[in-house]
Amino acid sequence: MEVVQIQRNLVDYTKSLFMEGFLDGQFLQLQQLQDESNPDFVAEVVSLFFDDSQKLLNELTIALDQPIVDFKKVDAHVHQLKGSSSSIGAQKVKNACIAFRNFCEVQNIEGCLTCLQQVKLEYYLAKNKFETLFRLEQQIVASGGSIPMIEMGF
Amino acid sequence: MGEGGGVAGGCGNNFSEDMAVELGDEPHVLAVDDNLIDRKLVEKLLKNSSCKVTTAESASRALDYLGLGNETLKGTVSKVNLIITDYCMPGMTGYELLKKIKESSLLKEVPVVIMSSENIPTRISQCLEEGAKMFMLKPLKQSDVMQLKWRLIKCKD
Repeated sequence: MEVVQIQRNLVDYTKSLFMEGFLDGQFLQLQQLQDESNPDFVAEVVSLFFDDSQKLLNELTIALDQPIVDFKKVDAHVHQLKGSSSSIGAQKVKNACIAFRNFCEVQNIEGCLTCLQQVKLEYYLAKNKFETLFRLEQQIVASGGSIPMIEMGF
Repeated sequence: MGEGGGVAGGCGNNFSEDMAVELGDEPHVLAVDDNLIDRKLVEKLLKNSSCKVTTAESASRALDYLGLGNETLKGTVSKVNLIITDYCMPGMTGYELLKKIKESSLLKEVPVVIMSSENIPTRISQCLEEGAKMFMLKPLKQSDVMQLKWRLIKCKD
């Protein structure tokens, strides 16, 4: 496949992620911070997000599985996840965390369990989307092309 | 404001005329945040604005670095021109860190900026009253850091 076609695919794919609400403007901020001195900045930060989130999701699963749930602890973990997802522009993950925190506040265990499932789902979807995005970028770079900047009307 | 991110500052309200801060060409900033992703982000934002950056993952580590902590080694205290800290941190909060800095004769002149993902007016005014130069909403954007630099250099009224 020609580089131009992959570049077009990347642009279309990225735009669709914004349109579908997976990404918000904060992701553009991350992309704008990337430069020649740090060409892998976005991939690095997103990779940190994956590792950090996986740990938090594991902690949350354990915390909600306790005979007596420590809602403060659960909320603290969700707060972290909400913060990280917000900072990288993973909008659906962030929104799922917001809903989760509401159930923590009222100490509703069933609500929390449902939200945990929802956050996990959104997280895995986001991870999948990001991986596809980075794969397309790698294909472009491997073919000698440059990553096109997305123009969005924010 | 739909997306979050924004600044509130106390310049011109209860501060004297001597609050102009000479940040110099490459200010040394200490960024404190317990969230790893946020630390990476603030570090890059600041570096892209020509700042030298040191990060700390907690208020107590920050105090050690600043020379106010229990674990400070003699001779390793570094000079910083600005401290930017998250509000919500386990152990000591950013607000408590702010108070400790303002209580210190060594450090009270160093401008402190508080960041938070939560837009709570009482929290904001509490921090400004305690001497924070600015309060910024997370997630941080490039425009926030630019405004921060501009305000801290220009704040003279």
